[in-house]
Amino acid sequence: MATDITQQGLGRSRPGSADFAAMEAGPPFARRGRRGRLAPPAAADSLERGLGWFSIGLGAAAVAAPRLVGWLSGSRSPTVMRLVGARELAAGVGILTQRDRAPWLWSRVVGDTFDLAALSVAFARGDRRGRAGFALAAVAGVAALDLLAAVRLTGTRTGRSVPGLSARTDIYLERSVAVSKSPQECYRFWRSLENLPRFMESLESVRQLDERRSHWVAKGPMATRLEWTSEITADRPGEEIGWRTLEDSGAANAGSVRFETAPGGRGTIVRVTLHYSPLGGALGAGLVRLLGHDPQSRVREDLRRFKQVMETGEVPTTRGQPSGRRSVFGRVTQQWGIAQ
Amino acid sequence: MKANVWYGAQQLRVENVPDPKILNPRDAIVRITSTAICGSDLHIYDGYIPGMLPGDIIGHEFMGEVVEVGSEVKNLKVGDRVVNPFPISCGGCFFCQESLYSLCENSNPNAWLAEKLWGHSPAGLFGYSHLLGGYAGGQAQYARIPFADVGPVKIPGDLTDEQVLFLSDVFPTGYMAVEQCNIRPGDTVAVWGCGPVGLFAIKSARLLGAERVIAIDRFPARLRKASQWADAETLNYEQVDVPEALQVMTGGRGPDACIDAVGMEGHAHGVFGSYDRIKQALMLESDRPPALRQAITTCRNGGTVSVPGVYGGFLDKIPFGSIVNRALTVKSGQTHVQRYLKPLLELIEKGSIDPSFVITHRLRLEDAPRGYRMFRDKQDSCIKVVLKPWSDVPTVEPDQAQENGRILH
Repeated sequence: MATDITQQGLGRSRPGSADFAAMEAGPPFARRGRRGRLAPPAAADSLERGLGWFSIGLGAAAVAAPRLVGWLSGSRSPTVMRLVGARELAAGVGILTQRDRAPWLWSRVVGDTFDLAALSVAFARGDRRGRAGFALAAVAGVAALDLLAAVRLTGTRTGRSVPGLSARTDIYLERSVAVSKSPQECYRFWRSLENLPRFMESLESVRQLDERRSHWVAKGPMATRLEWTSEITADRPGEEIGWRTLEDSGAANAGSVRFETAPGGRGTIVRVTLHYSPLGGALGAGLVRLLGHDPQSRVREDLRRFKQVMETGEVPTTRGQPSGRRSVFGRVTQQWGIAQ
Repeated sequence: MKANVWYGAQQLRVENVPDPKILNPRDAIVRITSTAICGSDLHIYDGYIPGMLPGDIIGHEFMGEVVEVGSEVKNLKVGDRVVNPFPISCGGCFFCQESLYSLCENSNPNAWLAEKLWGHSPAGLFGYSHLLGGYAGGQAQYARIPFADVGPVKIPGDLTDEQVLFLSDVFPTGYMAVEQCNIRPGDTVAVWGCGPVGLFAIKSARLLGAERVIAIDRFPARLRKASQWADAETLNYEQVDVPEALQVMTGGRGPDACIDAVGMEGHAHGVFGSYDRIKQALMLESDRPPALRQAITTCRNGGTVSVPGVYGGFLDKIPFGSIVNRALTVKSGQTHVQRYLKPLLELIEKGSIDPSFVITHRLRLEDAPRGYRMFRDKQDSCIKVVLKPWSDVPTVEPDQAQENGRILH
């Protein structure tokens, strides 16, 4: 079945990579074994960790001694303080333990906003104005740090200057699937690009413009459509197809699919590598929208469908089968494509 | 159509749902003439199978008449009478080509969910949770069969539904459990659990040449069936100490093959029994494996432990040291039913076995919830319930007296 070499949610960063436009179609397999995460610069890392521990410290204090913390900050209700404490603890643990810290930092920003609002009300009422003012200033300071860390991690600062992908945040992902068909059969099916929408779920159509160029139309979220032009950069029958999007594209990416003979006559290992930027400004954003927050899964499922189409001629489904009454949760999972 | 719908633990309702449609070119629709409640359905009934959603149609042992075929189904035609295997298999992937049908790589549309729990995904199954594909099941008046050119086996007209229905699951399941023990002449086989799978394992052990078969259960009616139909020696674990009895019976060596036909809701007495119940209740353990532990520790050195019983997740205190140090072989798996359909159908045609011997109750589909209760609680010595989706007779209560009479005398 599909295997995942990068083993992570968002792929891995590739600091100092070459300019995307100059990238060769062949993937840099020397890097295959490396594992990384979206590692921010070291200074930012210590800021985030600091905020994480601060969160835990404040959270523990608010849960353990809600009255004391409440008194210090000019708040009266121990219940509210306990809730604030629980929120802080969750954010702290999230920041310190999760690979993707950005949502947890953003949760701190949201929490700060709430606290600032509450403290402002207390301050305006003139109620224990001194302590509330002190707390307001302290929270505002922390909020600024939270916002800085969150923004920095989310990378809105970066990637605007390069039309296409930003070197620092490029992502490679690689997945493979074993298919009980010959490399030639797999290649032929894939190379007829019109076939791609049969197994790439987000694609609506692919139209060959000439020998090398093709026009792609994809379904975006909320009935939006996304179109771009790709060109073939490598074409070795029975072995490999490489592609990249053209300069004016809305979904900048480059990649390749290789068809390797599986050992023991067991068909073909179909290996896809994809190179794109998750944060690459307006251009890359289109592809990110298509791939969702978990591009690994999208590629994995597309490859799985490729295998299904090749081996069975159809994509197994339960969409449209009968069921009893579905609960709200059941209907949500239907939207995700689990229950039908 | 009418279908048996799961709404939560112990909440089944037979209600009207839309009829199934052909969704893919290799689909077929069957009008179901007989369908059964499987012991593994009881795990769903009791809420131990993860990935169920309220509204799911359950059931995976069914047969019927083909009423519609997709454009790519060439080997079946409308009017064919077929028994349907419970795993859904494409026939084209590596595993199908190796005859490992229950491991089909293509039939589970939710493979990624199963991969999260088990590492890799097995085949999709009918009516057995969204982890295994979320396919609508066969306790209904109609069912859609994907890859209908691979699964269903055609049945000659002279065999009754009840003779062939269990080809869909329990007969091949019991048979495969024994087959993978590589029985040799002189072998002793011990079988934990004398439900339908256990009974078919016991019967198959005889068919495959075992010298002695020892049946272990706590319900006298089931043990009587084992003894009556397969000439098994019986142990009631509420009355005897099973490990000690097996020692005595086998000259201290232990059975050559031990088969756990109990699965995840095993019962046991003493410390381990309470231990598993508490851990399962606290969700620290997904399955209760007392039978499996006993099958492992009592098996002879170098013997085979075969596990047709269904386990779903994470088990505690499995004596793996006993497996390693005594060189045991452990075999398991959902049954590769497609592999056994033709050979076992031949056995039925030849008269070597009449699988209908396990049936104790025949009910209308509407009475499915009652059937589950009876089967789960072994009321009225219930062993196997067959449901009739088109029967309008209020309740086809079985030839209970006759059945028990046949056993008792």
